[in-house]
Amino acid sequence: MVQKLETLIESASQTAGPYVHIGLMPTYAGNAGYYDEEIGTTPFLDESKAKGEIVEIVGSVFDGTGWAMRDALIESWQCDAGGVFPGDKSADPAFTGHCRFAADAESGEFTLRTVKPGSYQGRGGVESAPHISLWVVARGINIGLNTRIYFEDEDNANDPLLNRVEQRPRVNTLIAKKTGNGKYRFDIRLQGEGETVFLDI
Amino acid sequence: MTDHGPLIPRNRAIHPEPYDPGYKTSVARSPFLPLLSMESTPSEETGPRFGHTKLGALDNNLILNWTKGAAPAVGERILVHGRLLDEMNRPIPNALIEIWQANAGGRYRHKKDTYFAPLDPNFGGCGRTITDENGYYEFLTIRPGAYPWPNRANDWRPMHIHFSIFGHSFGQRLISQMYFEGDPLINHCPIAATIKDRSQLDRLVAPLDFSKSRPLDFLAYKFDIVLRGRRQTMFENKLEGM
Repeated sequence: MVQKLETLIESASQTAGPYVHIGLMPTYAGNAGYYDEEIGTTPFLDESKAKGEIVEIVGSVFDGTGWAMRDALIESWQCDAGGVFPGDKSADPAFTGHCRFAADAESGEFTLRTVKPGSYQGRGGVESAPHISLWVVARGINIGLNTRIYFEDEDNANDPLLNRVEQRPRVNTLIAKKTGNGKYRFDIRLQGEGETVFLDI
Repeated sequence: MTDHGPLIPRNRAIHPEPYDPGYKTSVARSPFLPLLSMESTPSEETGPRFGHTKLGALDNNLILNWTKGAAPAVGERILVHGRLLDEMNRPIPNALIEIWQANAGGRYRHKKDTYFAPLDPNFGGCGRTITDENGYYEFLTIRPGAYPWPNRANDWRPMHIHFSIFGHSFGQRLISQMYFEGDPLINHCPIAATIKDRSQLDRLVAPLDFSKSRPLDFLAYKFDIVLRGRRQTMFENKLEGM
């Protein structure tokens, strides 16, 4: 017998199932008022004081048949407009960086209203292009899917993650398209043609 | 920015298969192409903290929280408790755990659940808490019922409680389910069976725990949860040039 490792193994994931909204977005599930304060309804503590450009990103999550899923739930996490992550002393105090949003039960569209993130320097001084991290869960998704939103009106040329995508046309699946002033479109395709790049990170 | 070290890469072999024909909904909802792997960055190594969120006094008491304490839910009273740890066997304090579940008859309080088991007017089915300085948490609830679901012609979910867990990094984000020791339906469930390594599924089964059971009041089940850890060696995070 070799020596025994003292590390633990991560707990296995299980699907969030069809009723994930009860636990994470009670108002959406039809249970408004369950909690005094629901978590993640907006990434703003005070939108009027938040620094930077307010943006709205609209999109859908499509399954492998091209159907816009009505039950997808997404969480986002990002730095503030200055490139600082909330929790750091110098971060924008009006912004939490975290939001939860769900596909509309009728249209299958979601909307994320947030600030456009800044860029930041990661380990080794490598600069990332502005991006928002996403985590997608739903019935049928056995382990949450991680991806990122980049912006077509930013300089994405030297981003370390985008540069790792071998098939260059797939980079477009990570880039939100500008549809108006402060408005963007970002669709997520789980499978098949135009499949979004998902991350193991 | 303080560098706490990169996240330990996820061992995907212990997790469910994304594409699993036994669980029909996964067939069209699983990526075909490989995930893009790379070392974690500040976007995954940082994460939301919930110190600003006001948790209510009954948020972790599902027996009473739907009625704001006016009347208890129907069902077998249980305490679910455990510790939140990382892969380095360190407790994760001040972390948000949220749960949701069916009522004692197997019915969820969700506009989409139409199973004919009745709603319990005194049960909502969700709760949340923040782990203490030792990573410990507790929920008081009722044992959820098993229920049928549309998959193959006669599939049933074992009794289970859904868990949503935040560590301190967005890359640690995890949703899982807690099962109950001795439930014969676990062996017949296509969702449980998406985990191919039986020993990993067994780690989601909570044992009956008399050490926390309160006589003449409730039984207890213990459910420890492990999230990804972070790597740090003597050769990392040194000043430039060293």
